[in-house]
Amino acid sequence: MNAELTATAETEWKLPSPRVVGMICVIMTESALFAIFVVAYLFYIGKSVSGPYPHEVLELPILGTVLLLSSSGTIVVAEQMLEKGRQAGFNLWWFITFALGFGFLIYTGVEWNKLIHLGLTINSNLFGSTYYSLVGLHASHVVVGLILISLILVMNLTGRIRHFHHEHIMMISWYWHFVDAVWIVVFTVVYVISAKS
Amino acid sequence: MPNGTTTIDSKELVAGPGEEKGTLTGWIQDLVYTVDHKKLGFLYIGTGLFFLVLAGVMALLIRAQLAFPDGRVVTAEVFDSLFTMHGTVMIFWVAMPIVFGMANYLVPLMIGARDMAFPRLNAFSFWLTFFGGCLLFFSYVGAPGLYGAGGAPDAAWFAIAPLTSRAFSQGPSVDYWSLSLLVTGIGSVTGAINIMVTIFCYRCKGLTLDRLPLFVWMTMVTMFLVILFLPPLSAAQIMLTLQRYLGAKFFDTQAGGSAILWQHFFWIFGHPEVYILVLPAFGVISEVVPVFSRKPIFGYPMMVAASVLIGFISAGVWAHHMFTVGLNSFGQTFFAISTLAIAVPTGIKIFNWLATMYGGKIRLEVPMLFCIGFLFQFLIAGLTGVMLGVAPFDWQLNDSYFVIAHFHYVIVGGILFAVFAFFYFWYPKAFGRMLDKRLGLLHFWFFTIGFHLTFDPQHFAGILGMPRRIYTYHPGRGWEIWNLLSTIGAFVQGIGIAFFVINLFWSARKGKIAGDDPWDAWTLEWVTTSPPPDYNYDKIPTVTSRRPLWDLKHPEDPDWKFE
Amino acid sequence: MKSASNVAEQSLDPVEGASGPVARLLFWLFVFIPGIGFAQEPGVRNIQNIFDPQSKPAQLIHNTAALALLVCFGIFVVVAGLLFFAVWRYRRKGPEDDSEEPPQVYGSAAIELAWTVPPLLIVTMLVLATARTIGEVQNAKFPDDALQITVVGHRFWWEVRYPQFNIVTADEIHVPVSYLSAPRPVRMTLESADVVHGFWVPQLNGKTWLVPNRKNQMWIQPTSLGTFVGNCTVFCGPQHANMLIRVIVQPPDDFFNWIAQQQAPPMARPGGEEGKKAFVANSCGTCHRIGGTATDGVFGPDLTHFASRDTLGSGVAPNNEENLRVWLRNPQTLKPGCLMPDMRLDDKQVDQILTYLKGLK
Repeated sequence: MNAELTATAETEWKLPSPRVVGMICVIMTESALFAIFVVAYLFYIGKSVSGPYPHEVLELPILGTVLLLSSSGTIVVAEQMLEKGRQAGFNLWWFITFALGFGFLIYTGVEWNKLIHLGLTINSNLFGSTYYSLVGLHASHVVVGLILISLILVMNLTGRIRHFHHEHIMMISWYWHFVDAVWIVVFTVVYVISAKS
Repeated sequence: MPNGTTTIDSKELVAGPGEEKGTLTGWIQDLVYTVDHKKLGFLYIGTGLFFLVLAGVMALLIRAQLAFPDGRVVTAEVFDSLFTMHGTVMIFWVAMPIVFGMANYLVPLMIGARDMAFPRLNAFSFWLTFFGGCLLFFSYVGAPGLYGAGGAPDAAWFAIAPLTSRAFSQGPSVDYWSLSLLVTGIGSVTGAINIMVTIFCYRCKGLTLDRLPLFVWMTMVTMFLVILFLPPLSAAQIMLTLQRYLGAKFFDTQAGGSAILWQHFFWIFGHPEVYILVLPAFGVISEVVPVFSRKPIFGYPMMVAASVLIGFISAGVWAHHMFTVGLNSFGQTFFAISTLAIAVPTGIKIFNWLATMYGGKIRLEVPMLFCIGFLFQFLIAGLTGVMLGVAPFDWQLNDSYFVIAHFHYVIVGGILFAVFAFFYFWYPKAFGRMLDKRLGLLHFWFFTIGFHLTFDPQHFAGILGMPRRIYTYHPGRGWEIWNLLSTIGAFVQGIGIAFFVINLFWSARKGKIAGDDPWDAWTLEWVTTSPPPDYNYDKIPTVTSRRPLWDLKHPEDPDWKFE
Repeated sequence: MKSASNVAEQSLDPVEGASGPVARLLFWLFVFIPGIGFAQEPGVRNIQNIFDPQSKPAQLIHNTAALALLVCFGIFVVVAGLLFFAVWRYRRKGPEDDSEEPPQVYGSAAIELAWTVPPLLIVTMLVLATARTIGEVQNAKFPDDALQITVVGHRFWWEVRYPQFNIVTADEIHVPVSYLSAPRPVRMTLESADVVHGFWVPQLNGKTWLVPNRKNQMWIQPTSLGTFVGNCTVFCGPQHANMLIRVIVQPPDDFFNWIAQQQAPPMARPGGEEGKKAFVANSCGTCHRIGGTATDGVFGPDLTHFASRDTLGSGVAPNNEENLRVWLRNPQTLKPGCLMPDMRLDDKQVDQILTYLKGLK
């Protein structure tokens, strides 16, 4: 091993990509943040002293989930388009991703509107506090993701995004996948586990 | 100057930012706009020292109030603000900035890089940290407060719920606490991400992870902990702020909320936080002790493994701060086991440092004196920590002055001593001049004697039942002598700090010229000039062992033959 | 009726009752010698040394604590000794020492293993002792008729209830002493009316929190007579420092006499009638309940047998006429930040209420 190292001029020195390591760190830190809100939600299941209670007001958000999770699929398609150099295809699928994400936000807004009219607010009871904070935190991350996606959209109006940007695009798509993965957790915890209480 | 004599103009040596511009405004502009890791390191450390003095004055006021029973130096409300602010400022605006400052200055130099991975993000992180501190201190004037102490936070540094709810803390003091920490917390996390990416992605050729200087290893584990465990604090503070402003019920016991949950969330952050503070100190000791013992660190792989293990276990000990809240036996036993377990890798590091000194030729320069002080005091701190880990013992000692003594032994006797060693060792690199040795000795002895006089008696006050956070006490409790000694010690420490500050400023102009490598050390930063140029290295070095400069100086006996 | 006479019979030697050689050594070294051992009221144990347990759970804790202390002290002596030896033995002796570097030793797996095993063993031993004591204290079994006390923490006083006897009082807890032949464990349920507080009387047991919306359990089993002083240990606001506890341990007969006295309405003292009217007229009763009157306030301490207590303001000052007068004039003088406001009584009202309260034995 030492002999190899003394020949350092010839041996390759490979280091991980800073973007990749940076995004992994961002995902780790955001996961830690979400974890606490999930723990708070789980801890307080069944502990609200007054209503409305989950089983009274929650419905499975099928449409929203389909919109959001399929946007993870479309973003992968967009990435593949970019790698093959198909700008128009990339534009199209990237835009569809944005639209699906935006649709999820609209869906959440409609759902919250309904819940507020049913009397569930952030200060109505423990369920309201933990529900809105967790789902709201997720929605805020969707907003950030949409901002990142729309920045690329705008930049690409003039065709500036190329295949050699594939790592930049990949980082945005990793973030987007992370947001979707968090939604799966939120969906399970809120709409499946706590739905009967 | 006589002709033909080469004199070194001090202006060229002092690494004063913007010095080349020569004007005060130029200097300030340079500092404000800089993205250079070295200058940001100065800014971080300067911020830490500035707040150290402020929080130190708070400590002196606290000690003055407690020197005698039925003290009348300050009112109860002012006292409550004082201990809250002292703790909050010391942890978040002294210790954390110094940790980030040390990392900022040293890590790129030690790994042969030109700067951090994301220099502008680096500046952003610093300024957020700084502005958070401004926001916190603005609380003194920003609100009238209820009791004439301004609106400064006054619910203890861990803001225990439900005292922090609107019902019991109507004024904005809790909000200043939450918001300033949220702001600074973002700075810490972004800074940590930056440092992690730098360490993984910007090492010079040949610098594999098993050749990293131990300071860099410790910093890496530290930043990993920051990334994972600062968010729980932010989450809890977001919940608290939602509760105080929007009526959310998170910690509202009337609505079914749990005060214990706040404790869990806080300490899930709070315990890793102390490892965040101490691991860089371990890193400093691991660099300085070998150089002054003239031997490599004993057992490098085990030192790395122990630190990583400490990082992992630190995630699972938090409820040893909660042994008295009413946990069941299973919870108590579990956390006692994990706490005593973490003592093992921590303790054997002391053995590794001792073994480094054994068989060496120890030079008792000022940095080494502070390392020896660290070893002695950290040993005691660790042992009182073991006592506190024995849960039933903690039922007696928790929330008493024994705990205060323990953590000040860790943070002052341990971490601050290591920080002083950092200063005396690397100041020559940063400023091109040595810190004065006589002032350094005065600093060391006054501070060490003052430290022991302050904190040794507090162990006894705790054993005799003195609880924390009381603004006064009746005579006849057996606490008087210990408090009086402790107060005297605090002022002696203050004298030590004064010598230190004088040394910092005096030596910048008048200190002995250091040269590139005044200590005959072995890590990469000693290859470049003192102070380093903006771009750090003329040519990025290539490394073949853990001690590149040893290899250069001892070509007949290089390290890479033995690793 | 105070139990002072019984307490005075007990020896005034402060070391009497200090159990075990460790406690005695620590007491003499660190408490008495510095000369503060003399500043005590007779029978009142103001000095609460955790190494001087006077109650079964405190004793159980003490056994493990003393073990941990001795082990840690031993480790300290050995390692600090090695440190100072190394500094002395391997110091640079002079410029002649600079000619060559010492042997560059990188490490030794054998040595590292050797110094890892003893700490693991020590830690294992401490874990076992810890687990055993946790079980002994937290999972102790009690007879069904054990004395039960509920302590409710308030800012900044202690509500004390004896549900088995229908008594409500404040700040002072009376319990019977336990003898080996006749142990009398006292079970305590800890609750809080507002924020988190902590209950700590070191010689009787470790501390436990009082958390709102939660019931915590602890127990004491005092084995010697006297008044044990303790503090609130969790910061609860400005007067956290003056939220003191007094646990008065009495012979069983005296204890039951006290119970009977607490259950009875207070003795009417001549001259107290105007004070009683003033008490009601000034709305004192909205916060303070006095048995046998129409008052039912629960925000402040129950004052039914106020005159039988040693202190007022939960320990902030001795309960005598002078202090009571100052308190009634303005409680903020003695306990600034406490939740009783200045009631703006004039001198005549203060006199009347004072006379009335002094009669509530």
